[in-house]
Amino acid sequence: MTMVSSAPRDPRRTGRYVYATAVFLLCAWVLGPLYLLFVNTLSSPEAVNSFPKTYVPEFNFESIEFFMEFAGMTGALWNSIQVATLTMIMSILVGAPAGYALSRFEFKGKETFRILILLTRAFPLPLLALPLAVLFIRTGLDDTIFGLALVHTTLAVPFAVLITFSLFSGIPMELEEAAWTLGCNRLTAFIKVVLPLILPGITASAIFAFVISWNEVFAAAVLTIENRTLTAFLLQNLDTSALHLKFAGGFILVVPALIFIFAVRKYLFAMWGIANR
Amino acid sequence: MAEIKIKNVAKNFASYQALNDINLTVSDQEFMVLLGASGCGKTTLLRIIAGLETATQGEVWINDRRVDHLPPKDRGIAMVFQNYAVFPHLTVFENIAFGLRMHKHPSAEITKRVHRTAELMHIEQLLKRYSGELSGGQRQRVAVARALAMEPDVILMDEPLSNLDALLRLEMRAELKGVLAESKTTAIYVTHDQVEAMSLADRISVMNQGRIVQASDPVDIYRNPAEKFVAGFIGNPPMNFLVADKQADGRWNVAGQSYDGPSCAENTLDFAIRPEDVVLAETGISAKVNVVEPLGVHLLVTCDVNGAQFRATLDSDANIGRGDTIALQPQLDRIRWFEPSNGMRQSLEKNDV
Repeated sequence: MTMVSSAPRDPRRTGRYVYATAVFLLCAWVLGPLYLLFVNTLSSPEAVNSFPKTYVPEFNFESIEFFMEFAGMTGALWNSIQVATLTMIMSILVGAPAGYALSRFEFKGKETFRILILLTRAFPLPLLALPLAVLFIRTGLDDTIFGLALVHTTLAVPFAVLITFSLFSGIPMELEEAAWTLGCNRLTAFIKVVLPLILPGITASAIFAFVISWNEVFAAAVLTIENRTLTAFLLQNLDTSALHLKFAGGFILVVPALIFIFAVRKYLFAMWGIANR
Repeated sequence: MAEIKIKNVAKNFASYQALNDINLTVSDQEFMVLLGASGCGKTTLLRIIAGLETATQGEVWINDRRVDHLPPKDRGIAMVFQNYAVFPHLTVFENIAFGLRMHKHPSAEITKRVHRTAELMHIEQLLKRYSGELSGGQRQRVAVARALAMEPDVILMDEPLSNLDALLRLEMRAELKGVLAESKTTAIYVTHDQVEAMSLADRISVMNQGRIVQASDPVDIYRNPAEKFVAGFIGNPPMNFLVADKQADGRWNVAGQSYDGPSCAENTLDFAIRPEDVVLAETGISAKVNVVEPLGVHLLVTCDVNGAQFRATLDSDANIGRGDTIALQPQLDRIRWFEPSNGMRQSLEKNDV
């Protein structure tokens, strides 16, 4: 017995425990709140407000139904989808070419440019929101889908640039050069060779932009009045609402993002073996 | 049909001069190898011919057509890259068909050509696979097939075998030579491996520090190096060099021995001889043996002659040990002379080819 207890512990085994614990904690961190949200949303208002809580959903859709009939609710949901989609498209259209340029070309001020991209995130949005609001009112962009998408695009573009930059850098220049020698010009080589290879990454980066816009509340609250996005709408209405409505609101906010990521998860995980060797 | 002319090509990268006044003609169906150590500019030259790099000055002509302003696709070339550059998102079939599709060949023709080149490169059974499911050697075959399927005027190869293991490299080398000879394509091949260069080339261009030092057939490069650099670069082991001093009678004193040499103004020259061109003799250059390496057919003997390293490949029957002092006689018609100041070979009428 003494020999067994004094034997050194297998470090690999310890490593596995640490690994398992870390996985468990991470999952709990993400799934715990989601589960509570889920349970409480699908419970009747009485159950939500009572104590002790149940941890089994009773699949009562009362809160959700009430919430969906809440005036302006569906409009806000639709606005959110529009703004996020527009943000997604614009940030890829602006970010991907910038990422390509950073990865493939040498130009003066390249390093400065890279830092400047990041610096756009250094200004807190509250600082920018007021001047932006004034500017938007002057140009007539205030309270429009496009105006808000523009602001969200500036928030998402740095990530789009940096993500696509690393995507393009991961594709060997020789692949493009081979395409050129086989009859492509720069554009056709890009479309036929580079694009198929980075599409999964582009999708991931687009989803990221979508989620940034979907979750953004400050600019949305300041810059819109009639055409509120979901976040701004919830912020405005929920702090005075009952607890079960808050849960339903949170649920509505989380679910579309979750569904979207779930739908494209294949692109997020199934990155092609880009390594060429 | 496909003759390549390179006229006064130079390339600068910022302040660094990568290529310096390159002039080279590759004749139709010739297999030209650009040989040199890394950083000598051989790949840059190849990329300028391909159109992947722009020359700072000079002209590139293919088939009596000036091409240096044209994009790669309009030059009638195909290229094989060092890391194969097989498109990972396409099957082997689609990789080989890629160029043909870009050039809008009819699909029956594409299928025919893909199958023919795949057969030539022994990869018919791989046509449905993706690059990720292939070994390095198979990928290289795909890359060559993709280039050949284009039936280009010129095929350019940038160290295509250097990522393969030794045995495969040997096999591919022989195969490549056969396939290219059959295709009647003009080929330019970049390598740093002199054995590869010797075995493949009709002609070798030895490059050093951005210029072509010598362009000639492999045997001539080996026998008559134009410069001391070539003599010291080609051959394994390379040429031996000893200092020669001019005697009063015009002959040259090399380590106490007297040899006929060029008549020139210089008072000292570099005497050069290949290790296999010396034999053991009763009298001759006196050499102290440092290392003896039996190589089967030969003994590779590394000696010391007046403080300079001297290698000789001698008959393996020779009974030589470390510390011995031996006498070596060079084969007279194989002696070469170089000018110490600029490394140029001193011509000697009767030795010159």
